[in-house]
Formats: sequence, C-alpha cells, structure tokens
Amino acid sequence: MNILEVKNVNKRFGGLQALGNVNLNVAENTVHAIIGPNGAGKSTLLNCLVGKLIPDTGSVMFDGRSVLGRKPYEINQMGISRVFQTPEIFGDLSVQENMLIPCFAKRDGAFALNGYGSVGSQRDVIDKAEEMLVEMKLADKRHMHAASMSRGDKRRLEIAMCLAQDPRLLLLDEPTAGMARADTNNTIDLLKQIKEERDITIAIIEHDMHVVFSLAERITVLAQGTPLVEDTPDNIKGHPKVREAYLGESQDAA
Amino acid sequence: MLGLNKKDLGVLLLVALLAMAAPILLNPFPADSGMAQFNAGYPDLMQRFVIFGIFAIGYNILFGLTGYLSFGHAAFLGVGSYSAVWMMKLLSMNVIPAILLSVIVAGLFSVVIGYVSLRRSGIYFSILTLAFAQMSFNLAYSVLTPITNGETGLQISLSDPRILDGANAPSYPNLFGAQMNSAATIDVGSWSFTFSVGYYLCALLMLVAFYISIRIFRSPFGLMLRAVKSNQQRMNYTGLNTKPYTLAAFVISGMYAGLAGGLLAAMDPLAGAERMQWTASGEVVLMTILGGAGTLLGPVLGAGFIKYFENIFSKINDNVLHGWFSFMPDGIEDFIITIIHPFVGKGWHLTLGLLFMLVVIFLPGGLVEGGQRIGRLFRRKKADTNTPDGTKTPAE
Ligand SMILES: Nc1ncnc2c1ncn2[C@@H]1O[C@H](COP(=O)(O)OP(=O)(O)OP(=O)(O)O)[C@@H](O)[C@H]1O
Ligand SMILES: [Mg+2]
Repeated sequence: MNILEVKNVNKRFGGLQALGNVNLNVAENTVHAIIGPNGAGKSTLLNCLVGKLIPDTGSVMFDGRSVLGRKPYEINQMGISRVFQTPEIFGDLSVQENMLIPCFAKRDGAFALNGYGSVGSQRDVIDKAEEMLVEMKLADKRHMHAASMSRGDKRRLEIAMCLAQDPRLLLLDEPTAGMARADTNNTIDLLKQIKEERDITIAIIEHDMHVVFSLAERITVLAQGTPLVEDTPDNIKGHPKVREAYLGESQDAA
Repeated sequence: MLGLNKKDLGVLLLVALLAMAAPILLNPFPADSGMAQFNAGYPDLMQRFVIFGIFAIGYNILFGLTGYLSFGHAAFLGVGSYSAVWMMKLLSMNVIPAILLSVIVAGLFSVVIGYVSLRRSGIYFSILTLAFAQMSFNLAYSVLTPITNGETGLQISLSDPRILDGANAPSYPNLFGAQMNSAATIDVGSWSFTFSVGYYLCALLMLVAFYISIRIFRSPFGLMLRAVKSNQQRMNYTGLNTKPYTLAAFVISGMYAGLAGGLLAAMDPLAGAERMQWTASGEVVLMTILGGAGTLLGPVLGAGFIKYFENIFSKINDNVLHGWFSFMPDGIEDFIITIIHPFVGKGWHLTLGLLFMLVVIFLPGGLVEGGQRIGRLFRRKKADTNTPDGTKTPAE
C-alpha cells in the first residue's frame, strides 16, 4: 500500500517551473530515495509535502487524506516528521529539553495550556525523552546547551526529536551533507537500525550515492522538476538516462 | 512545598522576606540625619516598587520567555487603572472589585491587541504594539473623554453612585474598611518606620504574582514559550501551533499589567492618559532588561532599581551636593559639583541611561547575571582557600 501519493504536482516560482507534473508513490514501510542534480526541485517537493509550500496544481495524499491546505503543525500531527537540510533544533535549550518538546507535542497535541504542574513532575514524558536519549546515544549530553553540540550530534538530536513522535513517514533532506565519511557511515547505520526496529516509512533526499545505495529500496530520479525514472537501486545504477543526467560524475566521486 | 523545587522555594521565600521587611530595610538612615533623603521606606515609594515589580514580572513572561518585544504594555496598565477607578465610582470603594475588573478588562483588551499584533513577529510586532498603545493613549486623551475624563484624568467624587457602599462606608479606597492610606509609624531611637495597609496589600499580591510566574517558568507551558523564542520553525514542524502559545503569554502579561494598573489606582484613586504613553511602555522594557530578561528575579530587581533612581536620585540637587562637598576648598567644590550636576537631580535619566548601556554591553544577563558573577567569584575564592565545594551552581 502507498502511504504517500503525489499526483500531477506543479509549482512555479515566477518564470521558473520548479516542479512539473510530479508523480510519486511511496510504499509503506520502505526507504525511498529521491535523487537529482542541484536545483532539480527535491527540496521544493519536500516543502510541498509538509505544508511549507502549496503546489499550484495537483494533489498530495498521505494515508488516504489530503495534506494540501493544512498548516505544517497539522501535517506533522498527521504523522509526517521532517529533518531539515541544516539541523533545526532549539539551540537555546538543553539537549534534554529539546527531547521533551516533541514528547509533549505527541502527548498534549498542538496546544495545551499546561501551566500548573512542573515539567519535572510529568514522569511519562520525562521517561519517554530519556528512552530516546539513551537509544540515540545522547544521554551523556543531556544537560548540554544544544547549540554548542557538533553538527553530527545536532543532526542526531534532530532525528531523535522526529522519532520521538513515532511518525509514520520520516522525511530526510540530505542528512549527511557536509559530514565526514565516518559520520556518514554512522548515520547510515543509525537509519538502518531505525528502519529495522520500527514500522516507519523513510523518504530521503541525498547526493551521496553511497548513502542512497546502502539504504534505498526504491529510487526516484528528479531532473529539472520532473521525475525521470523510478526503479530499484540496481536498475537505476545501469540506467543510461540516469547516468547521463546525474550519476556519471557522482559515482566517480563516491 | 507549594509545588516548587528547593531552589525556587528559596528564591520565593527570600523575596517574601524582603518584601515583608521592606519598611525597615529601606529605611536604614535615622530620620533626622543628612542621609535620610536616601531612605526609600515610605509607603508611596514602596508601593511603586512592588506595583512596577508586578508589571515587570508579567512583562517578563512575554518578553523574557518568548522573546516578543512589546512596546505597548503601558496601554494595559492604563486600562487597568481606568477600570479600577470606574469600579470605585460605580460599585464600591472596596478595592477587591476594582482590582478584579482591572485584571479582566486588561485581559480582554490584550486578547484583541495581541491577536492582531501577533500576526507579525520581530520589529513589526513591536511597531504594531507601539501603534496600538499610542492609539489608546490618544483616544483616552480626546475621543473617549466621557469615559476617561481626558486631560484632567478620571477621579472619584462624592457624588458618585457607589451602589454597594452604605452611608457610613469609607470614602477612600479600602479593603473591607481598612483604608489603603492608613499606616502605623513606629519610632525606634532616631529611626522611624512606617507600615501601611496599602503597601502590604500590594506586596502580598506581588508575591502571588511572583509565585504564579515561577510556576509558569517551570511548567511545560513555560518550556513551550522558551521554544518559541528559540526556533519557531522547529516548533511548527514538531506539531505545535505557536500562535496560541504566544497569544496566551501576551494575555497573561497583559493581565499582570492590568493588575499593576488597578493597584496604582487603588493606592491613589485617579487615572490619567499619560500612564499609557510610550515612555511608560519603554520603562517596563528597561526594567526587565536591566534586571535580567528571562530570569525569575530580574524584573523585580529592575523595577526596584529604576523606581529608586527615579524617586531618590532625582532629589539630589545642588544644595545637597554643596552640603556633601563643603569640606573641600571652594574652587574645587564648585568644580566637582559642576561635573556631577548633570548626572543628578533632573539629570537622573542620564545616569540611568549610562548604567543601562553599561549593563547591556557588559552584563547582557542584567543585574541577575552580575549577582551570579559575584557569587561565583566568592565561591571560587572560598574553594581556593579551604573547601572543595566550589562547584555548586549559583542561585538564580
Ligand atoms: N522559495 C523559492 N522562491 C524562488 N525560487 C525557488 C524557491 N525555492 C526554490 N527555488 C528554485 O527552485 C529550484 C529548485 O530548488 P530546490 O531547492 O527544490 O532544489 P534541490 O533539488 O533541493 O537542490 P539542492 O540539491 O541544491 O538542494 C531552484 O532553481 C531554486 O532556485
Ligand atoms: Mg535541497
């Protein structure tokens, strides 16, 4: 079954056709990669899924329900969590507090005037946050100022925050961009482990072919705002159109 | 106890102790000594300390936690004062209904202003709040004269209906008969201490306001407000609707301002439009930043500091200076006084401005940060000399 169905989505920025007739189906409990050269429209497509942008035409269905016209927080509450190209965390708060916020959002919804009891007295939320910190190997940093962590740790924290909400669909925008090889490999292992341990669908945008071929079960190639092909990793590797449009140089680099 | 952890309870008890003993602590100089003019322990000024403390505590819930810088909170102070005076004109000279109505009306008023202003953030939000407050100020001055009594200000008069008050009810604001201006003066040697009903009512309400603010700071709601300040984008993509959070913070701070305005009117039953002017809005911003935005104690310290300056520093005129420096040769005396002159008396704003600049540049965390640094310094010294226990975190 498809958890995400994108049909005939178009998006223009002035004279630029950023997305042209995009169709994309993501099957439940798979890892689906979206690749394509710079400016292909990958981030724009993601923005259309999470309510940051509204497509000019077309439909986006998540789990049988349309996401169009909904606010980002509503779409998140439907079960879509997003990790950004540059980590978006609460830099002024401690790592533990960062972890608590999605846990409260999951328990109390989009808004709760919960001004009476102290944070420390909400055992269920504290425990859930602690569990995630331990699982993501961030427990020893729990009192650290989030802004002062390394980029790799920030990314890990952001992924942990998204996972704490038990999303059904996790969207990752270039999670390894700017990472050293070792960190990239750690991220691959982490994502593999996440996929093994829970019922989750992952859609990942990535330039690093090593990451893509280690994780993806299906790959969509986007070029100039239009899907070129969609297939399994093995078929994509040998596809002449893809090699021409995108892979040739990247594979040498990887 | 009271749902607070040890540290917060300690802070609350300290503030309670200081507030209760203020009539004594603020009058350290004998009444007939030359320093008596620095005594701040008279009811009118102490009431201002705690009332503006309430104003700043509430403002800090909005600005300190969410980072939304409102330049229009004096509007709620003014609305609170007008409501309170009307209550005392129509219903009763008892301050309870007056204070209740001032909180409610200021709350409703801030729902409207907050709803519109919070459609924007950053500088546009600040400008919107400023525009609303100036609008209220001008309306109070002109169009709304039937309600506000324009330039003269709204006052009570003997012909007011006061439908709840009997024939023998006190004609001054009171709490079930105890008049706000009634006070007992106790002389100890050459010291003189004044304990007034009005001050203790204000101080008690300030403690309640402070307690509620601690609870908000430590609650999940307070955590969300800090998250708003830190990263709204992440909040939205974490399934949280930031709008009602910021609006709730705005309304709560508006109600605090209304309470402060109501108390001002309860202590001295009149209300004028100048209470809403932008300088008054700016003052609470200064208090909060000077004391330490986002800290529990900061706004209280800032309010006390600025009000002390306004009322005490402004009294130092050339005569006083001549008195102080009379031991010096005439030429030098005049020279020194010429230099100091612009900074004291009417020039107190200049000194305050300089202090404010120093604090913002060297102590971005305000007076609270200054206190913490001094505390740490002492601890380190102690740790160096004998005890190894030098690592405890300083109290907020
Ligand atoms: N908000 C916007 N306004 C105008 N043009 C935009 C906007 N967002 C993206 N674009 C343009 O749309 C095109 C697609 O951008 P997009 O960010 O989706 O590419 P991408 O595939 O994510 O590229 P990259 O690999 O560099 O991240 C680019 O030409 C970009 O300049
Ligand atoms: Mg991109």
